[in-house]
Amino acid sequence: MSLLEVRDLKKRFGAVEVLCGVDLTLDAGEVLAVVGDNGAGKSTLIKHISGVYRRDSGDIALGGKAVAFDSPKEARRAGIETVYQDLALADELSVGANIFLGREPVRRWLGLLPVIDRGRILQETQRLIDSIESHIPDGASTVAGLSGGQRQAVAIARALYWDAKVVILDEPTAALAVMERENVIKLSRMLAAKGVGVIYIGHNLVEILEVADRIAVMYRGRIVHVARSEETTQEELIKYMTGYSERRESAA
Amino acid sequence: MATHDANLPLGRGMKAPAATRTRHLRKWGLPVETLVLGLTLLLWVVMALTTSTFLTTNNVVNILRQVSIDSIIAFGVLFPILIRGIDLSVGSVVALSGVVCATLLTAGVPIPLAIALTLVLGVAIGSLNAFSVYRLGIPAFIITLAGLQAFRGGAFLVSDGTSVFGLPKALSAFARAEWLGIPSLFWSMLVIGVVLHFILSRTRTGRYMIAMGSNHESARRAGINIKRIVFFAYIVSSVTACIAGMLLMARMSIGSPTAGVAYELNAIAAAVVGGASLFGGRGSVLGTFIGALLFATIANAANLLGIDSFWQMVATGVLIAAVVYVDNLHKCRQSGVK
Ligand SMILES: Nc1ncnc2c1ncn2[C@@H]1O[C@H](COP(=O)(O)OP(=O)(O)OP(=O)(O)O)[C@@H](O)[C@H]1O
Ligand SMILES: [Mg+2]
Repeated sequence: MSLLEVRDLKKRFGAVEVLCGVDLTLDAGEVLAVVGDNGAGKSTLIKHISGVYRRDSGDIALGGKAVAFDSPKEARRAGIETVYQDLALADELSVGANIFLGREPVRRWLGLLPVIDRGRILQETQRLIDSIESHIPDGASTVAGLSGGQRQAVAIARALYWDAKVVILDEPTAALAVMERENVIKLSRMLAAKGVGVIYIGHNLVEILEVADRIAVMYRGRIVHVARSEETTQEELIKYMTGYSERRESAA
Repeated sequence: MATHDANLPLGRGMKAPAATRTRHLRKWGLPVETLVLGLTLLLWVVMALTTSTFLTTNNVVNILRQVSIDSIIAFGVLFPILIRGIDLSVGSVVALSGVVCATLLTAGVPIPLAIALTLVLGVAIGSLNAFSVYRLGIPAFIITLAGLQAFRGGAFLVSDGTSVFGLPKALSAFARAEWLGIPSLFWSMLVIGVVLHFILSRTRTGRYMIAMGSNHESARRAGINIKRIVFFAYIVSSVTACIAGMLLMARMSIGSPTAGVAYELNAIAAAVVGGASLFGGRGSVLGTFIGALLFATIANAANLLGIDSFWQMVATGVLIAAVVYVDNLHKCRQSGVK
């Protein structure tokens, strides 16, 4: 049984059918890359999985159970963490505050008032940072001064800490320097090694072939090809990404 | 759109490689507040040395009384500012709450009940502002500007256009009272300040305000109840304005519909000079107090030195511009952008 199963997912925005029957499976402990041209529907697909959009039709099952999330919060509670393209960290808050945002541990001050347990947040954050070796200065510094790669690491650490079953990374390396890309790839593999199912959206095929176990190619709202990364090549992927194979089929 | 964002005088969104440098700067504390505090202390020293009237018990107590009411209003205004909103109605709410409370009192309503009813009015006004912002989607600037007009009008209507006299003696006695040599108004400000500081720095509500102000989208995705936070911020603002209005009423022994004119601008200026960002996410109660103290000191000093109050206004304006400029310089350096 797969960890996550998407079957015949359809969605239209007004007159445009953005997803026209997407099928996708994700296993625990694997990195599944989703590639495709701009506008192929990758972000729209993952927003259905993470509870941002509601589907018109189709099924999504998590651990064999059908799910229909009404909000990102529900999806998170079910174990689906998303690291968005735009990261969405609160700059003025510390690294620790961001990792715990919305789920702060609380203790009773003077046995009465509920206050944030800052000591625990700091301690757990420090442990987390050490475990991912990402050169984040410390858990108490604010996110405002972090580099793109460090921000990415914070967002991934958040997923790691909260025992996610599925982690979705939408173009995690889009704005990063080469060294920082390597770190994100390392973190993705680390998540998979912990048994997390990782969905990794990207455009750089060299990087995709390095990070992924399997690669799904999206073209105009459909998954047109799935291959194990050791059994495919850049040329083959590009062929499917540009719709070459579809044109050939329809010509036949 | 993109150009507009690039013009925001903030470091937000600019990715900085100089993380360690930032950390060192942060260790030295927040520079604006320190700067403003230094400026205030300097002013105190200069005034103490050059005049015989400044450092007298009478005058210091006077400054403390003035700064108390200013600070309470500024603390309140800080809350909407933190969530990237604004509340321009507080000055008028000061007047409205003063005349409402005074009218109730002169009609024979017992003091505790009159105070409670006035606070309920504050909750209602704050809820109305929050509802307009959150539900109706009216920009905070516009709706509270409308409130600035409407509540001032309300204050004149309630009081029939004149001041309300004949308050219970207990109230003016309270406003004049001192404990441990410190005026009761100052104690009131301390209590409110400590409570609000506690909320801001220690509770989830406070943290969610900062999260919302610094990145609305991240707060929403983290599952934070945005509606609750918006209501909380605007209610705090109106309720503290009501408390300040009643304290001012007690101090003047009248409920005046002309009280608190332009107080909203002083309050916002105090918060900003004290390190708050009008783009949300940044600001503190202590910094706001320091900002209010600087303005109260300037006003008092100008008064003692017989400086024209017009010059005082000019000086205050220049000061606001200078402090925000220095703050921006620092932040740009911090995020590695010129
Ligand atoms: N909320 C929306 N309303 C209308 N159209 C939308 C909406 N969101 C996405 N679309 C459209 O759906 C299509 C797929 O968009 P999507 O963002 O999923 O693409 P993508 O594969 O993630 O592309 P990219 O690689 O550029 O991130 C695009 O044509 C886009 O214009
Ligand atoms: Mg996308």
